[in-house]
Amino acid sequence: MAGSTLFLDNARPGRPTPPGAAGRVRSWMRRLASGDEIAHLITLIFAAGIFLVTLLLVYELYRNSVLPRHKFGWAFFVTSVWDPVFENFGALPYIYGTVVTSAVALLIAVPLGVGAAIFLAELAPPRISDALTFVIELLAAVPSVIFGLIGIFILVPFVRSSVEPFLKSSLGFLPLFQGPMYGVGFLAAGLVLAIMIVPFILSVSREVLLAVPVEQREAALALGATRWEATWKVVVPYARTGILGSVFLALARALGETMAVTMVIGNDPKISSSLFAPGYSIAAVIANEFAEAPGALYRQSLIEMGLVLFILTFILNGLARLLILATTGRGTEHA
Amino acid sequence: MKTLTASVRGLAAIAAMVLLGLCFSPQPSSPAPAAPANRLQINAAGATFPYPIYSKWFDEYHKVHPNIEINYQSIGSGGGIQQLKAGTVDFGASDMPLNDEMLSQFAFKLIHFPTVLGAVMPTYNIPGVIQELKFTPQALAGIYLGKITKWNDPAITGPNPSVNLPGNDIMVVHRSDGSGTTFVWTDYLSKVSPDWKRTVGSNTSVRWPVGLGGKGNEGVSGIVKEIPNSIGYVELIYAVQNHLPYGEVQNSSGRFIKASLATVTAAAAGAATEMQHDVRISITNARGQDAYPICSFTYLLIPTKISDPAKRQAITEFLHWMLADGQNMVEALDYGRLPKPVVTIEMKAISQID
Repeated sequence: MAGSTLFLDNARPGRPTPPGAAGRVRSWMRRLASGDEIAHLITLIFAAGIFLVTLLLVYELYRNSVLPRHKFGWAFFVTSVWDPVFENFGALPYIYGTVVTSAVALLIAVPLGVGAAIFLAELAPPRISDALTFVIELLAAVPSVIFGLIGIFILVPFVRSSVEPFLKSSLGFLPLFQGPMYGVGFLAAGLVLAIMIVPFILSVSREVLLAVPVEQREAALALGATRWEATWKVVVPYARTGILGSVFLALARALGETMAVTMVIGNDPKISSSLFAPGYSIAAVIANEFAEAPGALYRQSLIEMGLVLFILTFILNGLARLLILATTGRGTEHA
Repeated sequence: MKTLTASVRGLAAIAAMVLLGLCFSPQPSSPAPAAPANRLQINAAGATFPYPIYSKWFDEYHKVHPNIEINYQSIGSGGGIQQLKAGTVDFGASDMPLNDEMLSQFAFKLIHFPTVLGAVMPTYNIPGVIQELKFTPQALAGIYLGKITKWNDPAITGPNPSVNLPGNDIMVVHRSDGSGTTFVWTDYLSKVSPDWKRTVGSNTSVRWPVGLGGKGNEGVSGIVKEIPNSIGYVELIYAVQNHLPYGEVQNSSGRFIKASLATVTAAAAGAATEMQHDVRISITNARGQDAYPICSFTYLLIPTKISDPAKRQAITEFLHWMLADGQNMVEALDYGRLPKPVVTIEMKAISQID
């Protein structure tokens, strides 16, 4: 009851309050009445909510992976054994597979997506551009299991019978393209991922390119640049940060993709230099084994894999941002 | 700008009213009138393999007892065990019996009730070979250990003298997702090969010495279909319904047996005497002339103490029904039915629930 009397005392009008605080409260009330403060508050709550969900996610992953962190420590990151029977777990082949498949996907999807975006934004007639973009954006709405099924029944046989023999005969001197050809493996997973992330790169990059002020193009053309020179030397550099943003989005998608990858990667936790070899990814092993994982250490090791994937995404994104800073020397002046 | 401010204010007012409404809305005084007074909902979760028959059973049982509704989530055996342990479901279901160590983590006692039988069989794709292959246990273990690498290895050609097997490398395919199918397959290999038992062992997922992983039965059969000279393993139901070629396996009596509903039930019957003591025994490589060697039960996990008397009665009555009428429905869905001696053992076990 003491609390409530205190509260009433404070609220009683006429009680002297420091003038500064009262002024602040009054001005806050005014802003509240005008609606600005409410909008500010509501959007702040939304932003804080998303941030808190992320924090909570990491905290839960951390909290629920006590056993493997205790038992394996840092060795979890650098050992290659994954043995549910004798309860020995290491994440290295999965980290390797995740990085390699995402790298293959980006190598293919970035030139393809950015090139197509330049064509659609700068060179194609607007009507064709809108129609094509609509169709390509539909790709982003296709469920990943469909990509996986197409991958296993169409892409994998094609990769085994055509792509891999071609790569082996032309570039077979590289260790990347050696060894037996199964169809399933890093290469097939990278190809499926590339198809899946192209719409993200294309759609965002096109919007960013379209947002470049017309004056930029006109100035370049007025100085005597050809249309391609204006596009490549003025418009694309102007939109560079936005295009890179689309690549980050695509990278995050590739790192976390589960269903399509597990259907074509071969699911064999080995580290091989050849892209033809079967591998495994972090997201795939979690999806594969979590539902039927008996035993606390086994289950928690899979949860720690989730944490590893989170950290990996964090590190790769950070590295990519550093790379941009280092190569351009400029920050993010164009949004 | 003014209209924007006004609309923000309007939104805020609406939000405030909704909040107030939530705070002061009266508590619903009576349950929904549509439901019968003694309506009972029972929650269960677990294995995906028996889901088709379980959902049929729970549906049929609901028709006989309209007031009882059993809601089964097929989230996987591991998930079912977790939920049962946490007390969020009334009973669980698992493809794999719980060992003593796992049982000790429960705050209460459990009884395993075998419900139906499943089998796992080798499927293969060897160009030019259309005959049904016969596999000895040694051949299967050797192939999956990576010690037998060619199709014309004497261990494979021995029992198949009339088949012209090529000298190609064997491509081994296994399940990548944790599954009861893998548990049965590796449990069998552990029984027939000391080498397998020592180096690999049995579980829903294992550390495979060789091979590619496919997700689900469809993933394994997809890879086997696509890659020449491959071998994989799939569930009986999947193989039958998709007309996959599959081989015969030599049983403990030395006969080569093709998996079928009859040979699977025969395997369970062969193990019935041992089940008197504990139903959790594995029935792979079971005794019996006609027993198919790679099969297993799937189980319901029922707590021995069910505090709610209505639920206790409903669950025990369901178990009685499942062992009698329910068994007549299983073969239509390609599951193996329980042999009579096992039904008798389970009928007795129901009385332990109180």
